[in-house]
Amino acid sequence: MGYHYLTASISGLVFGLGLTVSQMVNPAKVLAFLDVTGAWDPSLALVMAGALGTLSLVRAVFRRTAPAALAQTLPKQTGIDGRLILGAGLFGIGWGLSGFCPGPALASISYGKGEATIFLAALFVGFIVFDRVFPSRGGDV
Amino acid sequence: MENFTPYSALIGGVLIGLAGGILLLFNRRNAGISGIASGVLLFKGGDVGWRLCFLAGLIAAPLLYRWLGGNSAIAVESAPIKMALAGVLVGFGTRLGGGCTSGHGVCGLARGSLRSLVATLTFMVVAALTVYWVRHG
Repeated sequence: MGYHYLTASISGLVFGLGLTVSQMVNPAKVLAFLDVTGAWDPSLALVMAGALGTLSLVRAVFRRTAPAALAQTLPKQTGIDGRLILGAGLFGIGWGLSGFCPGPALASISYGKGEATIFLAALFVGFIVFDRVFPSRGGDV
Repeated sequence: MENFTPYSALIGGVLIGLAGGILLLFNRRNAGISGIASGVLLFKGGDVGWRLCFLAGLIAAPLLYRWLGGNSAIAVESAPIKMALAGVLVGFGTRLGGGCTSGHGVCGLARGSLRSLVATLTFMVVAALTVYWVRHG
């Protein structure tokens, strides 16, 4: 099972390089993407397009070669409910206020910005508060 | 559109997609960062190690990029108190909604999940409205 640690590390590293190269790690760049009526910078739409296209391709190959294994990766929750909308809405407010979503917030630690560290600490406070309010709902997407 | 950087954005996106593919193929996991990071706090036996490895790679990446000679800088525009509020909202909201930009916006959409499409449209529109309210409201 040891290789799982190696592949998880490589995946995290490649993910972080993607955030760095695309500048998604930079909150100012993200806010410029979200500011559609201002000096709009559509770059991050291409980040999503590149990521979606690539992952869809990998999934298509995976589906042909090992459909049973791919089925193991399906999430438990599939419904659309108030929690999904409210959660996504609260996340959207926080994303718009800061320019940070969880990945870039973590990847930004090494830049040594105090505000980024504050965001990251608050992010984990938010995780902990959620687990206190809904102790049974932990887990992955 | 003077700051439009299509090539680096596309290359970065492909890397993120590849990273998601690696985790899916070898670890049978979705690369949703809010799920991976918050799972570290749950301390389920045997389930924390791969998460810490992934996060270590994620955090090391910008260091490696700059060490290799790449140029990368970030600018934070919001005041500390706003960043603190935003962090709590993002942490709580992504858990309640079951994912963030990566989990719903990349992994979920690549799977063709309607749930993830609804979540992605919701946080995109709300984030754009929030920026509008802060900058032009």
